[in-house]
Amino acid sequence: MEYYLIISTLMFFIGIYGFITRKNMIAILISLELILNAVEINFAVFNRYLFPGRFEGMFFTLFGIAITAAETAVALAIIINAYRTIGNIDIENLSKMKE
Amino acid sequence: MDPIVNLIIFICVGVASLVLSFLAASSKSLLRSATYLLLVLICTAGFYLFLNYHFLAAVQISVYAGGVVMLFIFAIFLTSNKGDLLQKHETGKYVAGALTALGGIAVTAFALLKHHFIYGSNATIKGDQEINMKVIGETLMGTEKYQYLLPFEALSLLLLACIIGGILIARKR
Repeated sequence: MEYYLIISTLMFFIGIYGFITRKNMIAILISLELILNAVEINFAVFNRYLFPGRFEGMFFTLFGIAITAAETAVALAIIINAYRTIGNIDIENLSKMKE
Repeated sequence: MDPIVNLIIFICVGVASLVLSFLAASSKSLLRSATYLLLVLICTAGFYLFLNYHFLAAVQISVYAGGVVMLFIFAIFLTSNKGDLLQKHETGKYVAGALTALGGIAVTAFALLKHHFIYGSNATIKGDQEINMKVIGETLMGTEKYQYLLPFEALSLLLLACIIGGILIARKR
């Protein structure tokens, strides 16, 4: 079980590293996906090893996957809109919410 | 399956997922980054298969590989100019990111390895532990304790709101 948790920890912090060091908004969103994915692995692993015979972790992974999909769709819509407004999706150019 | 073979496959998938996620977080080309993300998600589906959550693996592949990565690739094509690579931060930002990640890994790994988990009564992943579809359906549609009709409906509402919001934000004016 510890092996799964170590893998998900490393994946989580690789996501954090990418989140800090990336400039492009889509790249930041990809790092965010890594973070959420690590969290979902944790749900499933805890359910399987500590509470076998119950399903809470599995269903929360399921709901987490759906919420991640929804969040990605909205974020990409915002990014495409920002691209249309300022022609570039690096975070430094996006200092104003509204002009 | 033979436990040794199982272990070897597990190590391969684990190392692959870590290397690929690092590449996804640091690759220079955005499209390559999205492809690495896709491979990481497929490796995660492999973990779910190891844990005998077959339904979860199927959902992971269909939602992520079919939906989310496709969305990413569309968005990348819509927002990138031809042949441009990603802009880089100054070096200080990289140092800060690496320090944050390493510190976090140190703290979490310390807590993880120090703690003794109390395993459930039947904690092996051997044997037939697959959750069948009847149980999944009844748990998703029931209203009793440990059943999830309300989150399910809330989630469908969330997806509806997300569709409307996405169209509203991204439509042409």
